[in-house]
Amino acid sequence: MRKIFDFHGGIHPQENKHQSLQTPIRDAGIPPELVLPLGQHIGAPASPIVEVGQRVLKGQMIAEPLGFVSVPVHAPTSGTVSAIEDRQIAHPSGLQAPCIVIASDGRDEWAPLTTAADYRQLAREELLARIRNAGIAGMGGAGFPSAVKLSTRPGSQVNTLIINGTECEPYITADDVLMREQPGRIVAGARILQHLLAPGETLIGIEDNKPEAIAALRAAAQGTEIEVVVFPTKYPSGGEKQLIEILTGKQVPSGGLPLDIGVICQNVGSVVAIHDAIVEGRPLISRVTTVTGEAIAEPGNFTVLLGTPMQYLLARAGYRAEQNRRLIMGGPMMGFTVPDANVPIVKTTNCLLAPGHGELPAPSPAQACIRCGMCAQACPVSLLPQQLFWFAQGKEFEKLESHQLFDCIECGACSWVCPSNIPLVQYYRASKAEVLQLRRDHERSDQSRMRFEARQARLEREEAEKTAKRAARKQAAQQRAQAAAAGGSGDEDPIQAAIDRAKAKKAAQQAGGAQHDASEQEKLEKAVVTTRQRLETASSKLAQAQAEGSDLVTALQTGVDKTRAKLAAAEKALQEFQQAGPALTAGDAAGDPAAAAIARAMAARQADAAMAPADKARNQLQGLEQRLEKTRDRLASSQANGDEQKIIEALAMTVTRLEEKVSAAREQLKNPGDA
Amino acid sequence: MALLRVTSPHAHGPMSTPRVMQNVLLATVPGIVVLTHFFGFGTLVNLLWACLVALVCEAAALKLRRRPIGFYLKDCSALVTATLLAIALPPYSPWWLIAVGIACAILLAKHLYGGLGYNPFNPAMAGYVILLISFPLQMTAWTPPRGLGQTPGLVEALQACFWPSSYDGVTMATPLDLMKQNSSLLVADLWAQTPQFGRWAGLGWEWVNLAFLAGGAWLLYLRVFSWHAPLAMLASLGLFAAVFYDGGSSASGGSPLFHLLSGATMFGAFFIVTDPVTSAVSVRGRLVYGAMIGALVYIIRVRGNYPDAVAFAVLIMNFAAPLIDNYTQPRTYGRRRDGSEQ
Repeated sequence: MRKIFDFHGGIHPQENKHQSLQTPIRDAGIPPELVLPLGQHIGAPASPIVEVGQRVLKGQMIAEPLGFVSVPVHAPTSGTVSAIEDRQIAHPSGLQAPCIVIASDGRDEWAPLTTAADYRQLAREELLARIRNAGIAGMGGAGFPSAVKLSTRPGSQVNTLIINGTECEPYITADDVLMREQPGRIVAGARILQHLLAPGETLIGIEDNKPEAIAALRAAAQGTEIEVVVFPTKYPSGGEKQLIEILTGKQVPSGGLPLDIGVICQNVGSVVAIHDAIVEGRPLISRVTTVTGEAIAEPGNFTVLLGTPMQYLLARAGYRAEQNRRLIMGGPMMGFTVPDANVPIVKTTNCLLAPGHGELPAPSPAQACIRCGMCAQACPVSLLPQQLFWFAQGKEFEKLESHQLFDCIECGACSWVCPSNIPLVQYYRASKAEVLQLRRDHERSDQSRMRFEARQARLEREEAEKTAKRAARKQAAQQRAQAAAAGGSGDEDPIQAAIDRAKAKKAAQQAGGAQHDASEQEKLEKAVVTTRQRLETASSKLAQAQAEGSDLVTALQTGVDKTRAKLAAAEKALQEFQQAGPALTAGDAAGDPAAAAIARAMAARQADAAMAPADKARNQLQGLEQRLEKTRDRLASSQANGDEQKIIEALAMTVTRLEEKVSAAREQLKNPGDA
Repeated sequence: MALLRVTSPHAHGPMSTPRVMQNVLLATVPGIVVLTHFFGFGTLVNLLWACLVALVCEAAALKLRRRPIGFYLKDCSALVTATLLAIALPPYSPWWLIAVGIACAILLAKHLYGGLGYNPFNPAMAGYVILLISFPLQMTAWTPPRGLGQTPGLVEALQACFWPSSYDGVTMATPLDLMKQNSSLLVADLWAQTPQFGRWAGLGWEWVNLAFLAGGAWLLYLRVFSWHAPLAMLASLGLFAAVFYDGGSSASGGSPLFHLLSGATMFGAFFIVTDPVTSAVSVRGRLVYGAMIGALVYIIRVRGNYPDAVAFAVLIMNFAAPLIDNYTQPRTYGRRRDGSEQ
């Protein structure tokens, strides 16, 4: 006899399973319209590969997986794709999500299927690919892609393969009837998994409240290495982690996977689906769903096509809408209420629970927590729910994390036992969301802090470079001044200097005139070529973005326009240069700039010499006053425009300096003797 | 009709806070019956008057705090506090003593901290200690148990409570007093010479304790609380008494059985130590909490100034409960004891 372990806590709610066990599995039939959400599993939603109006066959893939953790969707019956659009799905928030809608034609015509005469001949990768392509995701409720779960890493050894037939939630009997009626397929499916994983042992775990299922499976497993293990009924022993502890005595490390301790778990429904996919080539297009509750006249289990509207299935079971206030997908412990009875059945819909008015009454208002600790005794993960509740109320997020809020499996045992009717699980869900949000915010603020620091460092570096440059310039200026003071006499004739400068310039121009023009032209030509190249690159990028329908199209378009404008400007500049070039060279003789400068300087000098000192000073003052006026105007306009602080400061400084100069000039004008 | 949208779980267990409180009240019945048998109607009068005052105080506090009065009165927590304090008080206490004690318990120890669930100290024990320190004379006046003197009747009990100046009752040292004051006699001699001792402990007291033990066992059976704190307290008290029994010399603190069946031991273990609000929360925490109370009870009884010590020990450990919680977090599934990932 195998040793059975116990897990901490757990509860014994009323089972209420007998209601739906009175009849064998019934076929729900083909509804006129099927709505297939693209995301019926954990992971990336599938991507549609059919078009509206296209005829599809039963079992034909209509959406392909996107990425590793994803599975495809298949047409559950033959018909026409009538829409690919957002529809309301079975989600507690009443979320709308992309769905493929099929109008069934009632012919139920199969697509050709790939069967395997002997799966033992198939390679491991091929088996996994077929499981994935059959669209199989965990059917116990979580919906994790089975192929991903079965893809063991090289070198990791599977000691125990566990087939989960626990079904610990009250009311649900979908797995129970499957085990009673199709034990052969379960065992055959388990043998496929044995072939795939080569586990040390294979166990089928069932609670002791399902004697018929146990007997059926034991009979079917006769002569195989598969062991049916029975253990006492306790909620939530069907939780993967709890079941692993019951059967192996080992705990899955927090944040780890069962495979870390050499265990892989599969729900019996998933095992049947794997069997059908490998042996018969049938993808996952239907499942067994329990329909129960006091508002159901004939509760029982149905084989139902995925995508069937809940309303259709409920009608098949004799739904009395007037007796029902809430419709629960899943069981009473972890199921969620759906917003509308028209949402479709999906791969994870193991139960539809329509309680009557007196059934599962809403708890009375919450009272104060008296820290009785019943929740801590019930918690299958050994948390302290009363402390978590305390911290959740106070929003003490660090404490929540140090009390392992994120190890909570939301089984609801704490809320169930709470004598004060406190909706504990609701508090934990909300707190988890808040902590996650906080973590995201934290990451974001870290990033912006880093950005800010980087910017600050860059600004400082630039400022330092500027200061260094300024210092260098100042030094150079001083050196030049010293050199000038040392080299020339104090009152060098400015006319002579101007003449010299102009002459030198003229000589240089005459010497390298043609060459100069040539280099200028070269530069302009080069600019035209580069701009053209840039325009080409930008245009090709834009075309690509347009093809992909990227959001960047507008931005890229502006860029292209700008570049085109630049190119036009560059071409124009080149043209102008080419036209003006010869003219300039030709007119050189006529309008000799050096001569003109000489004439201007001489005139100024003469005028200066002719002026009395007082007039000279007045002239100077006038010039200064004009400059002051101009600078003041600029300062005012800068302030009005809200220019950068630096500019305003610089202008203000200039104004002050000019004011000082003006007053000094006035002083000088009053006392000309000082000059 | 739109479908209701509520979060899971949709099912709820049978337990409710009012029912927990009612069970606790019911579990005190055997103890009260035995107390009444040995000490007369004083305990019952205490109880009725205390409950009345408690309901008035609770309603007044709820009104001041603008809480729905009916809703919170129904949780029966005020009645539990009143019952526990009334049992702890000497029978035939004057009305004002009871009223002061209850007012302190409900108003100061409970509502000033935020009401049920938020009080750091056990309200009944806080009220008891305030009275013990303020009115030591009245608080140590215990009537002799049946068999050692006249047991007052119902009329006298009412007279003692509501017209105390006209009541002249007889009081006598309790067994714990006697054991404490003993300085020269061997335990066996003390037992032989003093009429207050019975078979294992004080005359009458041993039965009172056994009755509370029975009530506590019933609550344990109902799983109203876990066994950890009360059993840890009794075990540590018994252990201390055994270690320092000293063979029954004149310096002996008394036998383990004497300590387990004297004073408020069983009452404290099953009705005070088990108060969930003010105790530690985890299993290990409750073991530590209970064991520390047992040790303190023995130390204060034998070495302290007061003959009994449950109230003081409980209040001291109420202080320590958050600290104990901090160091006794249980090991979460899939984690190491220190909370790190494996």
